[in-house]
Amino acid sequence: MAVKKTATPMPEQDPNVRKNNFDEVALGYTPEQAQEEAVRCLNCKTKPCVQGCPVCIDIPAFIMAIKKGDLQGSIDILHEKNCLPLVTGRVCPQEEQCQKFCSLNKIGESVSIGRLERFVADWEMKKNKTSEPKTVHYQRIGKKVAIIGSGPAGLSCAGDLIKWGYDVTVFEAFHKSGGVLIYGIPEFRLPKDIVEVEIQNLKRMGVVFDNNRLIGSGLKINDLMDRGFQAIFIGSGAGLPQFMGIPGENLSGVYSANEYLTRSNLMKSFLFPKYDTPILSAKNVAVIGGGNVALDSARTALRMGADHVYLIYRRSREEMPARQEEIHHAEQEGIDFQLLTNPLAYLGNEQGYVHQMECMRMDLGEPDASGRRRPVPREGSNFILPIDQVIVSVGTTPNPILKLTTPDLKTHHKGEIEVDNKQMTSIPGVFAGGDIVTGAATVITAMGAGRLAADSIHQYLQSCK
Amino acid sequence: MSKSFKQNEVIQVHELAKSITMMEVYAPNVVEFAKPGQFVIVINEAKGERIPLTIADFSKENGILTLVFQQVGKSTMALAKRKVGDVIEHINGPLGHASLIQPFGNVLMVAGGVGIAPVFPITRALKEQNHIISIVGAKSKDGLFWVDKMKKVSDELIITTDDGSLGRAGFVTEPLKEILSNQKIDRVIAIGPLIMMKNVSKITKEKNIPLIVSLNSLMVCGMGMCGACRCTVNEKSKFTCFEGPEFDGNEVNFNEVNQRLQMYRKEEKIALDYYLGGSNGR
Repeated sequence: MAVKKTATPMPEQDPNVRKNNFDEVALGYTPEQAQEEAVRCLNCKTKPCVQGCPVCIDIPAFIMAIKKGDLQGSIDILHEKNCLPLVTGRVCPQEEQCQKFCSLNKIGESVSIGRLERFVADWEMKKNKTSEPKTVHYQRIGKKVAIIGSGPAGLSCAGDLIKWGYDVTVFEAFHKSGGVLIYGIPEFRLPKDIVEVEIQNLKRMGVVFDNNRLIGSGLKINDLMDRGFQAIFIGSGAGLPQFMGIPGENLSGVYSANEYLTRSNLMKSFLFPKYDTPILSAKNVAVIGGGNVALDSARTALRMGADHVYLIYRRSREEMPARQEEIHHAEQEGIDFQLLTNPLAYLGNEQGYVHQMECMRMDLGEPDASGRRRPVPREGSNFILPIDQVIVSVGTTPNPILKLTTPDLKTHHKGEIEVDNKQMTSIPGVFAGGDIVTGAATVITAMGAGRLAADSIHQYLQSCK
Repeated sequence: MSKSFKQNEVIQVHELAKSITMMEVYAPNVVEFAKPGQFVIVINEAKGERIPLTIADFSKENGILTLVFQQVGKSTMALAKRKVGDVIEHINGPLGHASLIQPFGNVLMVAGGVGIAPVFPITRALKEQNHIISIVGAKSKDGLFWVDKMKKVSDELIITTDDGSLGRAGFVTEPLKEILSNQKIDRVIAIGPLIMMKNVSKITKEKNIPLIVSLNSLMVCGMGMCGACRCTVNEKSKFTCFEGPEFDGNEVNFNEVNQRLQMYRKEEKIALDYYLGGSNGR
């Protein structure tokens, strides 16, 4: 039988319904749909898809297990390399990773690897809800490792080290574990209950979570060493929000995307006043930026009740760093894309609330250092946009607090921690990975770095007495 | 300690002055590293917001953290209602930079209202190496507290109340002006209501005397990842949480700080009505 050329679509909430709720947009495959999609996999001997996976999951093997109806076998294969399949099955940019290398691209659409991963992970979650999952005890070897930051890098590092017998403590500055998975990615893309399931899985394996601990202020790196941690992994992410330095950015109603999303996701502002933390309500919202975080902010603003949400991006749609799927979802929901447009200033009313912004249209010039065409201002194209809220999403850089109190830690000019090819920093026994090393990137690349660091920590601790 | 406390357990709570509460909690992991001038983020209960509170005192021996806060809205009112033995949901700290403690010479401390609380540990630390004059003020006698504690750590203490019910009648700025005209003062540290700090800065700026203020900006994260606490100092945007909370008072844009403090006035009222409505059983 010939292979079906097109991928099995995943059911989604209707755009007109979902733009008014925080429920998950993508609903996941049914067992029949998963089967239909799994049989499309050619099970190539060379496994081209695996080279696109930052954590090297044996992709054909987990799909073949689905095909055989062995879902337990399938999830076991996923867990070997990935401690967060519920998360990655939802937020990985598969089209640029595993699916990009799928042999089926030659004749049609690639296998929907991400959707299948999610299907299997969801199956396990449902199963564990009805029957208490068994607690796994790994042989302890009596060596302590500290992990700073409970985001994707830290969790994946912890997930490997605990299996190899280390005593692992994950320090988190917020009051809930999960890092960007909890404060950053919205409920409608990654339900917080799901992140909680993954954290509980790690707890069951023996990982200790110590929240409300901002390492660097209070406990410092050398204190951790004094307390018997023989190796440390820093996965504290790129958390410092950038602003553009244009007039009016400190007006009331101008948020960083980090603040807006933290209020909404971590502090549950969308349930205000049942939850204490508010977000200003707004009619016309301008989101500045073209990445996934900008789209998450724009779509959250819509769900918070805005009438009109502009996405203001200085280049064209082609250069947008966001995932195609997210751009598509945002368009379906009615986000107004103002491309080739750049903000120049925000203007406030008498009480200091933003009520207008001045913008300028741009044209694309020659490619710049990033390889993307550089936006050039179009003379005389200035215009005023009436808005009552701004969400600035033009990137983040590493949080400087750890560096400020750890002078020996070498960093690059924007604060990214320098590491060698084993993820070791300038301080022996201290490793780092994820956005704190690379600058803002994706969940799965951070997880890849966390796993690589776990491997290096294992080697390092085996070689020291 | 003879009795073992739970992490974040309330050990003492009482009203220090009109609508000002003092709370002692067992927080050894905060206290271990605490220094004068730093703050903590408190979440009272599971659905609560992150409340930044300056550290009023701490005891390293028994792990007790002292918080002093004014009841200004839902969260602080609910926090003030906690009883001895209750456990506060979350406390994170110490956060922010500590005060600079070194020999300056003659230091003038200006504390207004609830600002007396954070001024106290800074004054105590500075006392060892400096000559300290403190001006402590409030609207009225019933708004003053820790006068004796402040007396102990000051070489000279001046009390003012707006209504003259204790000490000199008038604002803290009156004795401040006199002292600055008569004596050589090397550094002024002012913590209190925004309008007080702004008025102090008008005087110190004119006389070209270094002024340190501690800003009580609204915050969410308290650790540099959100920017809710942005303020402008010397024409540059700063995050109060990790670049402050103390700043050069002669360079702070107080009008902007004030605007941003008022940003959620409408929502604060909604939250308070919801809270009071709920607790009255309406």
